[in-house]
Amino acid sequence: MATILNPELVAPPQSRPARGVSVLLEDVSIALGGRTVLKNFHVEIAAGEFVAIVGRSGCGKSTLLRSIIGLETPQAGRIAVGESVDRNGKPDIRIMFQDSRLLPWKRILPNVTLGLATSFIPEAKRVLDQVGLADRARDWPATLSGGQRQRVALARALVHDPALLLLDEPLGALDALTRIEMQQLIEAVWTNRGFTAVLVTHDVAEAITLADRVVLIEGGRVALDEVVNMPRPRTRGSAKFAALEEKILSRVLNVAQRNIEGRPFLETRSRDAQ
Amino acid sequence: MPDHPQKAFPITGRWRAIGHGLAPWVVPVALLFFWQWASSAGWLPSRFLPSPRAVVKSFLDLSASGELWTHVRVSTERAFSGFAIGGVLGLVLGLLTGSFRWVETLLDTTLQMIRNIPALALIPLVILWFGIDESAKLFLVALGVFFPVYINTFHGIQSVDRGLLEMGRTYGLSGWRLYREIILPGALPSILVGVRFALGFMWVMLIVAETISARSGIGYMTMNAREFMQTDVMVVGILLYALLGKMADLLAKGMERYWLRWHPAYQTSR
Ligand SMILES: Nc1ncnc2c1ncn2[C@@H]1O[C@H](COP(=O)(O)OP(=O)(O)OP(=O)(O)O)[C@@H](O)[C@H]1O
Ligand SMILES: [Mg+2]
Repeated sequence: MATILNPELVAPPQSRPARGVSVLLEDVSIALGGRTVLKNFHVEIAAGEFVAIVGRSGCGKSTLLRSIIGLETPQAGRIAVGESVDRNGKPDIRIMFQDSRLLPWKRILPNVTLGLATSFIPEAKRVLDQVGLADRARDWPATLSGGQRQRVALARALVHDPALLLLDEPLGALDALTRIEMQQLIEAVWTNRGFTAVLVTHDVAEAITLADRVVLIEGGRVALDEVVNMPRPRTRGSAKFAALEEKILSRVLNVAQRNIEGRPFLETRSRDAQ
Repeated sequence: MPDHPQKAFPITGRWRAIGHGLAPWVVPVALLFFWQWASSAGWLPSRFLPSPRAVVKSFLDLSASGELWTHVRVSTERAFSGFAIGGVLGLVLGLLTGSFRWVETLLDTTLQMIRNIPALALIPLVILWFGIDESAKLFLVALGVFFPVYINTFHGIQSVDRGLLEMGRTYGLSGWRLYREIILPGALPSILVGVRFALGFMWVMLIVAETISARSGIGYMTMNAREFMQTDVMVVGILLYALLGKMADLLAKGMERYWLRWHPAYQTSR
């Protein structure tokens, strides 16, 4: 993982390359299995922007990513990815799924280069090294731990150099230290390549560390859309950071509180509290 | 019972390994001795069952004259030709019905109905159609092999992890590449289960076919021996069938071990 300290990666170039594409979700409604997941959901993401999506489990974060890449079709509304940048019709979108989805019958390195020409092997090895798994290149996925598989899936997504990268809780199974290293890696790659990134996370601090904007989903809509106006690299220590984290968390809790009070079987308790 | 080295005397791991290797053979060897003893004592008339010694002698005579190997070769060739025909047909049809909805609609119901007919019940018809020559045996073997391969291929393709398919598509795979990288390897464990069943059926069908009528092969040798009451030759034939069946099973296991070496169940050291 020494590569993360590579000066080329840590010090970002003055201006990022214009690789990214914009994303527009216009009043998108999606129902799954008869239940409305997203309702008149509206969000605009600029080309090259880094947006973090937060929200409680089951609020539709994965569904949002899946609809952007076309795995779910909205019942209403419009989804547009990179209207201006049109490379052979479809812009390059890659998604890192919440479950790592490695092919069990391919060794780690071929998993990372899936769908790519053999000329990508050196690059794949480099990224594998960055996620700290260079020595596992020849192993089967079944022999890796959950967090290691996640890192391979992250490497696979990064190698493709997409115009839009969707990350669905990419660091969910990692310990605090590895998590920070991977955050730095994602930030460095994003800074150097200039793609648009949408990161789903349940960790508000992670969202604030990495994103230009934090979007909170609640009840199928955008409940909060906060611009993070802090210089990178960000550290958790600053007062501004803490204030923003507090603001987003209290908003999540507020909604949760209202939900609890709305429940009939908790009525007596909330009355006691008054 | 042999003393279990583990408990009786905890010496070296080597002795323990030898003990573990030998333990399963104790009962068969004891049975063999009992059988030989029963024959020598005259308890077991040789027109009923020959002594093990007579079986071994008969085996040595038959193999020295070369007769045995001719029969083994003929039977093996028959088995694997039938296997090739039935297996390839089953694989191709299974891949087609598994991959294309309209082929499934068109063929699967028909094939499932035919499957319900026990293959051996067809023997009178098969004799009527093909007579009693080589093609009748090939047909029976191929028929026995076809269904296990077909059904498991179909099922394997249908049960490929949808999440992996989704992933493959979003990573730019489609058409033949999606098939080669994800669908086929995903279906392979199931296909190999089919192949293993098929190899078992292959021998059953061959034995039946050769027993009904043959002019060469292990079945012919056995049935011919019956007419002359050569029980020792008959037992040699039966044991040969068992041995060849075991070898086919080992072959299937070897294929699984090689092709499914990525599978957690087949990972030994690394
Ligand atoms: N295939 C499906 N059929 C029916 N309902 C579904 C399906 N997939 C998801 N849902 C429902 O849609 C809602 C949103 O699911 P989604 O996976 O987007 O949540 P999430 O925000 O990603 O949650 P988590 O943080 O736990 O991953 C959930 O209530 C879920 O039960
Ligand atoms: Mg999710």
